[in-house]
Amino acid sequence: MINNVERAVRTRHIKNSVFKWGVIAFTFIAVLPLIFILYYLVQKGVTSITWAFLTHMPKPVGETGGGILNAIVGSAIIIFMACIIAIPFSIAIGVYLSEFPKAGIANWARLSIDMLQGVPSIVIGIVIYEWVVKPMGGFSAISGSIALAIMMIPPIAKATEETLKRVPAGLKEASFSLGASYYQTTMRALLPAAMSGILSGVILSIARISGETAPLLFTSFGNPYLSANITKPMSSIPLLIFNYAISPYDEWQKLAWGASLVLIIFIFLLNIITKIAERKWKVQY
Amino acid sequence: MNGLFGERKREVINPNGVEVTGLLSSEMLKMAQYKENERMNKLQTKNVNCWYSDFHALRDINMEMKHNTVTALIGPSGCGKSTYLRIFNRMNDLIEGFRLEGEVLIDNKDIFAKDIRINELRKKVGMVFQKPNPFPKSIFENVAYGLRVNGVTHKKFIKETVERSLKQAALWEEVKDKLDKNALSLSGGQQQRLCIARAIAIEPSVVLMDEPTSALDPISSAKIEELIWELKAKYTILIVTHNMQQAARVSDKTAFFYLGELIEYDDTKTIFTNPKKEKTQNYITGRFG
Repeated sequence: MINNVERAVRTRHIKNSVFKWGVIAFTFIAVLPLIFILYYLVQKGVTSITWAFLTHMPKPVGETGGGILNAIVGSAIIIFMACIIAIPFSIAIGVYLSEFPKAGIANWARLSIDMLQGVPSIVIGIVIYEWVVKPMGGFSAISGSIALAIMMIPPIAKATEETLKRVPAGLKEASFSLGASYYQTTMRALLPAAMSGILSGVILSIARISGETAPLLFTSFGNPYLSANITKPMSSIPLLIFNYAISPYDEWQKLAWGASLVLIIFIFLLNIITKIAERKWKVQY
Repeated sequence: MNGLFGERKREVINPNGVEVTGLLSSEMLKMAQYKENERMNKLQTKNVNCWYSDFHALRDINMEMKHNTVTALIGPSGCGKSTYLRIFNRMNDLIEGFRLEGEVLIDNKDIFAKDIRINELRKKVGMVFQKPNPFPKSIFENVAYGLRVNGVTHKKFIKETVERSLKQAALWEEVKDKLDKNALSLSGGQQQRLCIARAIAIEPSVVLMDEPTSALDPISSAKIEELIWELKAKYTILIVTHNMQQAARVSDKTAFFYLGELIEYDDTKTIFTNPKKEKTQNYITGRFG
């Protein structure tokens, strides 16, 4: 009898440690490629990152040196415009979904958002090509921004909805009880209280789209020169990486590695900013 | 008499049609207003029935409350006292499936009439909730919120009103040096007094309190009770409470609700010393509920 109990306890212990080490091993295996990619990127790219690399234009084939200034400026402009387009729409959708979760359109909106999240980015690029690029008569930075904005909507709308749902009902009641209208309650009480969640949704979506190449191929196209005209083709970091990485020239491939590292550092910084923002604007209810 | 004083005279004719004659000095106006308050019901409900979908929450409630009084609503959980409280600022309208029949009057006006603007109504009827629910904003902005949403932009006026409201809510001394601090950094009792200051900043004439001290410690509760007693001079107060002693201490009149019905409504003293109904007697002596 006692033997049986002892044996049961021992088996349980063994199972326990097997499970524990299994979980650790799988996590390690999953993280390993990530670390490897980062290591490889740093190793390849770190030599090309210099001040000149960030502030100079690419040089013609055959000449050494040159930078990616046009791509950095292009990415900044395209992402900035994408934010301006996406943020109001996404927040509006999020507010609607959390306020009227059972309304007729809400179910359709939620389904569309889930679907949109799963649509391959190249498909979005093609659709925007048909809808915007063709009618406009040529590639343009703004069409790239629209494509990226569409990709930004699902994560921001979801983040807004989820955060607003967690804002306690008491806040809403308090606002209404002071004679605030529905609009005032949303703008002055609910959205500020949900700020941290919405903001982290926005930043993470920026991180997500800043590396997107496919939707930009058919839209903003790329541009070897520095341009700030949003109705004309514009370069961006992912496009530059794509173009230079498939080129046969060592010099250009080196630039691509450097640009990849710049992009990764940018995304890394965004993640850190998210963490800080979440902590700083965290709302205790 | 329809000449010069025509407009002002109308103000002091009370609904019973008794006219105030002679010279209308401001003193007399005040006196007349006072007498009118004495006679007139500030709040009144006639045959009010409420439903949440199929659930019949209130049954034929007839009650009237005078100006400058504190009325306590007591009864076991789910008896409808909170529902009753919340019909006066139409807070129940937010709940899906809520339906009301009968008349709810404030200053003899039906607040469920079509031409009533719900925001205007809620400006006149302040509310303090069970759980302190300050906005995650600064202390100052919390009190100023009601003014701002009602379109007040005059900076000096807002500042003065915030100060006055915080003083009225007996919180000024504790927070005057940290008005820009987040309201959530205050203690529970302070938060609740802040919510009271927020409610009275827009100068309502009625203040509804839904178990305002149930989440607070005894000392904070005592402060709030003291405050209620002082606020009575300016407002008509309706308070829901589970605390019998509190009802006895702060209120002039007490209403006992049970299963959606108003069992007894009388002077607080009478309710607690000499109730007419057996159910009331049983409840206040703690035999059920």
